Amino acid sequence: MSRFLFPKWSNKVLPLGFFFGLGPAGTAVVAGVWYYGTNKHFEVGYAPEQPVPFSHKLHAGDMGMDCRYCHSTVEKGAFASVPPTQTCMNCHEKVLTTSPNLAKVRESWKSDVPIEWVKVHNLPDYAYFDHSVHLSAGVGCESCHGRIDQMPIVEQKEPLSMGWCLDCHRAPEAHLRDPKDVTKMGMLEASQKSGQPMARPADLRKPVPPQNCSGCHR
Amino acid sequence: MSPRQPHPELRSASARAGTALAAAVALSALLAGCRGGTSEDPPIHLVGDMDWQDKRLPQSESLVFADKRAQRPIDPRTVAHSRAHDDRARFLQDDDAYFHGVDAAGKPIARMPVEVDAALLARGEERFKIFCSPCHDNTGSGNGVVIQRGRGGFPMPVALYVERLKDSPDGEIFETITKGRNNMPGYAAQIPVEDRWAIVSWVRVLQQSQAAKIDDVPAADRGKILAAEKEGM
Ligand code: HEC
Ligand code: HEC
Ligand code: HEC
Ligand code: HEC
Ligand code: HEC
Ligand code: HEC
Repeated sequence: MSRFLFPKWSNKVLPLGFFFGLGPAGTAVVAGVWYYGTNKHFEVGYAPEQPVPFSHKLHAGDMGMDCRYCHSTVEKGAFASVPPTQTCMNCHEKVLTTSPNLAKVRESWKSDVPIEWVKVHNLPDYAYFDHSVHLSAGVGCESCHGRIDQMPIVEQKEPLSMGWCLDCHRAPEAHLRDPKDVTKMGMLEASQKSGQPMARPADLRKPVPPQNCSGCHR
Repeated sequence: MSPRQPHPELRSASARAGTALAAAVALSALLAGCRGGTSEDPPIHLVGDMDWQDKRLPQSESLVFADKRAQRPIDPRTVAHSRAHDDRARFLQDDDAYFHGVDAAGKPIARMPVEVDAALLARGEERFKIFCSPCHDNTGSGNGVVIQRGRGGFPMPVALYVERLKDSPDGEIFETITKGRNNMPGYAAQIPVEDRWAIVSWVRVLQQSQAAKIDDVPAADRGKILAAEKEGM
């Protein structure tokens, strides 16, 4: 009975298998999760269709309305409320009263049932965020929401991940402006292009954003 | 065949496996698309356990109430704690002059019940530009962008600096902002009381400035204005 002998090359199967098999596969998994498994992939670019084709580009961009006309709680509260139907009807009771695009607004006004806007930016419920603190420190809307005044449909531009919050909290300087200008659009881009910081009175308090866990997880 | 070289068959097999893997990675990258592409689908949460907790956030939906509002409409007879003033009459909103701009007899008060200083005027200017300029224009002329683009829905409002409005009591302008007038909507829901008074003060500034003469300007600043006028501003 002849003994079976593994051929010599079989010594290489295991190391080579690791090298050409598990190695690339593992790298692919890690790289895949790194690239595709974070908010940068899942959340950025979320632009749901809304029940009413409301356009920020028209109202805030072309007509130059201030964000706070509609998002009137943003400076005082944690939450930047989406306007109630009454705010739309300030104008649309008179303007474009027969437009089919506004049918849902008129219906909601009559029945007193709110329009069901789809929430775009949504932090997990365990994270604490407050608009008023950021605005009074002089962080503009565009730092976190992008050029809303150019969007016919609101789209999430930033990942809103913990790393993203902390990147700014560690070095907020490039995002600080005069708190009077927080709703102005285009200042951030201009400052990034020219390398000049945005205009800001020198005598303002230096903000100290929290970097400890309990600042945002309370 | 040197012992250090892998068997030729194995070599080609592993090369094939490598190529297949590379192709798979490239293909999945293509299928999955790039980061940041626009999508209407709600974001995926890989580990979503605590992301949606069973609590009601502002403006969220409730299954308990017929109108689906988790955030209940505020009863007009209540005073929100954050709106509380030190003054008792103000806290209970009994102060008619401050909250309604009228005196004990129910007539509009001539002078506003708040002290006018530079901070109030600055606040008034900012709030006027947010809430009034869309229709009344920054100067109060009445030719705001909504009037221009509103396809005739709004008749052009009176200029805020006409004589009749200059002579009208502060309380009446306050009331116009609060409740609206004829074609103008009311702004009680959007503008808190203290800001409404600030806006009244700014309307008075606009009325003054439209009739201002060069002699009203401090002597030191006259040069600048005259120069600007010459340039056709
Ligand atoms: C005429 C009223 C109006 C004005 C002015 C306005 N908005 Fe909005 N905004 C809305 C409405 C209505 C929605 C909800 C529908 C939607 O998402 O498009 C909204 C939604 C948003 C959202 C997304 C909210 C979410 O669900 O995540 C952001 C961010 C936002 N607005 C920022 C701004 C900024 C910044 C400005 C100023 C440049 C502005 N808005 C001006 C009415 C307005
Ligand atoms: C300050 C006045 C004003 C307010 C407040 C306002 N709008 Fe408008 N809106 C306009 C004007 C003016 C137009 C027409 C602009 C144009 O076409 O030149 C318009 C146009 C529109 C249109 C396009 C209609 C069509 O048929 O083309 C929609 C949709 C719309 N608005 C929705 C809304 C909603 C929803 C709100 C409330 C969140 C709102 N608007 C608040 C002034 C306003
Ligand atoms: C520091 C970043 C930051 C700035 C500055 C900022 N936002 Fe937001 N905004 C957010 C985040 C994060 C959310 C999501 C909050 C959540 O889901 O709890 C959000 C949500 C919103 C919403 C949806 C309602 C809500 O509160 O969840 C609106 C509307 C909005 N922002 C408008 C604005 C406007 C208008 C400005 C400027 C005046 C502004 N934001 C400035 C980060 C920011
Ligand atoms: C563009 C810059 C910027 C980004 C992005 C940003 N922040 Fe901030 N944040 C600040 C600044 C500046 C302050 C400091 C305010 C101060 O000291 O007055 C601050 C303060 C805070 C505070 C302290 C509030 C308090 O009441 O003490 C919290 C909580 C917070 N941020 C949460 C967040 C979260 C959560 C995110 C991400 C979703 C975020 N921030 C993203 C700039 C930023
Ligand atoms: C500047 C605000 C901020 C600070 C400071 C902060 N976090 Fe977070 N954290 C967030 C936000 C926002 C999220 C949600 C991110 C997302 O949408 O995935 C988060 C998510 C998390 C998660 C859940 C991750 C997941 O995907 O399930 C953990 C765990 C966490 N944080 C732990 C910590 C710890 C530990 C610290 C202190 C070292 C800390 N955080 C400090 C804002 C913050
Ligand atoms: C949506 C457009 C619109 C907005 C915004 C608006 N107004 Fe008006 N306003 C009008 C119209 C239209 C009239 C003319 C009313 C009439 O007599 O039919 C008017 C009239 C007035 C008058 C004269 C009332 C009278 O006695 O004849 C005053 C004062 C006034 N507005 C102040 C304001 C102030 C202050 C604001 C900001 C808080 C404001 N308006 C915002 C449309 C608007």
